[in-house]
Amino acid sequence: MADISATKKQREPLIHVVKRDDMLSWQAWLIRGATVLIGLIIVGVLSMLVTQKGFFETYEIMYSGVFGKLFEGYTTMFWKYLQEIAILLCLALALTPAFKMKFWNCGAEGQALMGGLASIFCMIEFGEKLPYGVLIAVIAVTSILAGAIWGIIPAVFRALFNTNETLFTLMMNYIATQIIAYYVYIEGGGSNVINPVSAGNFPAVGKNDYFVNIVIVAVITILMFVYLKYSKQGYEISVVGESQNTAKYIGINVKKVIIRTMAISGALCGVTGMLLVAGKDHSINTNLVGGQGFTAILMSWLGQFNPFVMIVMTAIVVFLRIGVSKVADASLLNSSFSEIMVGIVILMLVGCEFFIHYSIKFRSKKKEVNA
Amino acid sequence: MAKQPAIELKNITKRFGAKVIANKNVNLTAYRGEILSVLGENGSGKTTLMNMISGIYFPDEGQIFIDGKEAVIASPKDAFSYKIGMIHQHFKLVDVFSAAENIVLGIEDGKYNLKKSVDEIKKISSQYGFNLDPEKKIYTMSVSEKQTVEIIKVLYRGADILILDEPTAVLTPQETDKLFEILRRMRDDGKCIIIITHKLHEVLSLSDRVAVLRKGEYVGTVNTSETNESDLTEMMVGKKVDLNIERLETGDCQDRLVVKNVTCYDRVGAKVLDDVSFTAKSGEILGIAGIAGSGQRELLESIAGLQHLSSGEILYNTPKTGKVENLRDKTPMQIRNMGVRLSFVPEDRLGMGLVGNMDIVDNMMLRSYSKGHSFFLKRKKPKDLAMKIIHDLEVVTPGAGTPVRRLSGGNVQKVLVGREIASSPTVLMVAYPVRGLDINSSYMIYKLLNEQKKKGVSIIFVGEDLDVLVELCDRIMVIGGGHINGIVDGRNTTKEEIGLLMTKSKYNGKEKDNG
Repeated sequence: MADISATKKQREPLIHVVKRDDMLSWQAWLIRGATVLIGLIIVGVLSMLVTQKGFFETYEIMYSGVFGKLFEGYTTMFWKYLQEIAILLCLALALTPAFKMKFWNCGAEGQALMGGLASIFCMIEFGEKLPYGVLIAVIAVTSILAGAIWGIIPAVFRALFNTNETLFTLMMNYIATQIIAYYVYIEGGGSNVINPVSAGNFPAVGKNDYFVNIVIVAVITILMFVYLKYSKQGYEISVVGESQNTAKYIGINVKKVIIRTMAISGALCGVTGMLLVAGKDHSINTNLVGGQGFTAILMSWLGQFNPFVMIVMTAIVVFLRIGVSKVADASLLNSSFSEIMVGIVILMLVGCEFFIHYSIKFRSKKKEVNA
Repeated sequence: MAKQPAIELKNITKRFGAKVIANKNVNLTAYRGEILSVLGENGSGKTTLMNMISGIYFPDEGQIFIDGKEAVIASPKDAFSYKIGMIHQHFKLVDVFSAAENIVLGIEDGKYNLKKSVDEIKKISSQYGFNLDPEKKIYTMSVSEKQTVEIIKVLYRGADILILDEPTAVLTPQETDKLFEILRRMRDDGKCIIIITHKLHEVLSLSDRVAVLRKGEYVGTVNTSETNESDLTEMMVGKKVDLNIERLETGDCQDRLVVKNVTCYDRVGAKVLDDVSFTAKSGEILGIAGIAGSGQRELLESIAGLQHLSSGEILYNTPKTGKVENLRDKTPMQIRNMGVRLSFVPEDRLGMGLVGNMDIVDNMMLRSYSKGHSFFLKRKKPKDLAMKIIHDLEVVTPGAGTPVRRLSGGNVQKVLVGREIASSPTVLMVAYPVRGLDINSSYMIYKLLNEQKKKGVSIIFVGEDLDVLVELCDRIMVIGGGHINGIVDGRNTTKEEIGLLMTKSKYNGKEKDNG
């Protein structure tokens, strides 16, 4: 053992990682912006390789797939783009208060489905019986309640029995999916399809079917920002999330905050379900939310729980999702290709946080002083 | 015997990020057969320096020489191969394993022969005078036994350069003496022992030489026999410091808080407070002494409304009106709403008293945010308070918008104590208020407590440094195993008396066997 020191190679490690917390916020955003750019280039190159199309042609297809033909003004496609952002953003906003409380709500999918179910149920059952205004109000209330209940159930178990909310909310998704499947089977007369319902749809503004959805989400975005930053409840959420001990120490009723916050989180998911059913599909199936409940988890994190940053993040991801799927369509690839590409960019965005929090130091080449 | 340098540090520099320089051009030599103290205030870079010797950090600049040869220590494993062993302040042991299992854990020599190891451990124990049962499970051990396991662990691996990071922080005076005895025996055996500490009297009683660090820079090394407390303090702080703690005589003492027969259990049903009764008076500082984890935290939390009591009463005498309120089974919010101005500086500052990721302003709001019926927060008053505390208590911070976790320990504590005092309390409970603080901050805290005492506040002070308790407190209550072992007058007691009370067992009145 004594000789190890003599035989050991005398060198310092080639690279070591150093924590940094001196990065200014504009520098951090520069890194994130650059990451998005690099991500776009990688997506372009990969698409080019797979589809055998030209490099710029790929981007042209993406762009026109999202915004419509270049220089032709903004068309319905652009509104559709905004609508897609709105849905993803709404889910991300819904998750944010729960996440800030460090309650890992993985059940946005199920909570939104239950909201959607409440909407379609009201549209079918009361569509002919109630005046339009009342019907919309009933749809809104029941959807919010349905989502909230789906969120409160795991919260109550967590608050009272300290169950693991990640698994609980995840499992609640499957229950919701099966309930929808059952409802569709009954309502669709065994056909597994519910034909679009015309009653209780959100009104089109101008020629734009999605205007109401977009406005609702815009309002929610601002309200959520204010709620988290300037309200007493938002403050309680932060305290509970940072340290339950501190919360107890100053006399916050932690159980109450957990349940209340999950009610809000679930309710907003329920709203998303309503937007999808009453504002978009006018029907329902088990794929209504289409996994966006999970993408929203990433959006909330990448947006650092700031609603306005989340707008940017969702805009990027939705752009890629639509754009790359258009590229895939043009080359007879299926939608998995677009999901892979979106996955790559999200992964890069998550990965770039490493370079914001740490810097890598290489072995310095300076001359060693002899002893 | 000519002294042989065991370890030499030359021009060691370590930076964290661009701004923080933890160590700057440190030169240090430790010889075989001596005990070297590394003395410095918190944040002076002692632990960082030792972590570089034990392979946890890698120096940015400079060289380390072991036995005269240049060494590269890039990992704890490298440190072991140079026979360097570090005993950390926080023990790194597996609770459900026995002492022997913990000691052999991680040794990659291809053989696993616990029986042989146990014999070896017993041999080491008897050689240096440790008292350890190798088969005993860690979770049944006292803190000092756990420390013994850590020390034997590095000896078992053949270490002959031992680094101990604040080893006495968790020990009673008697246990400390015992540890020092063992360390001296190791020194006589030719080992090189480096002990990190900020307690001056320990430095003077134990070490042969003292190396002093100040703000990451190496100040110098002196022979212990040629120095004294005030010289060392001056080296450490950079200026003369008055080390006297004042004990004010207020005279006006009324019963403020009467705790009667309080018993409570923890989550797994173990008794943590056992029939505790005492009275805290206005205008006095009641010290609480005891081995860490003897129920001090639970006692304060019971009073603050954070513990469920299985029996007993906590009575608060309202000043002036004399109205008696029972605080039992009230939440902190209810206690506040009753008009009881009870302030509490908990032991866990960032995990309980403050929120580390929030800025100073938001932390000021913790106590007061819920006032009023508005749905929205009002940040004006907390902001003013934050500015006032930063100014009055000389908090070093880039601004009121800085997250408190970025502040140094002393500044964190100033923010917390400042907030708790701001609500002009009638009862102020503080748990280990100077732990981890530099000398100047510590004395500022003592001064603040004395100011409160002068205002007639009843102060309950849980402390660990018995010297301080004896100097500062009017009365000292000694707690052991959740039971009050005695209350002594601070004016005519000694720390030896308190130390004996700390380890006294409640049932036979005899001193507990420390083995």
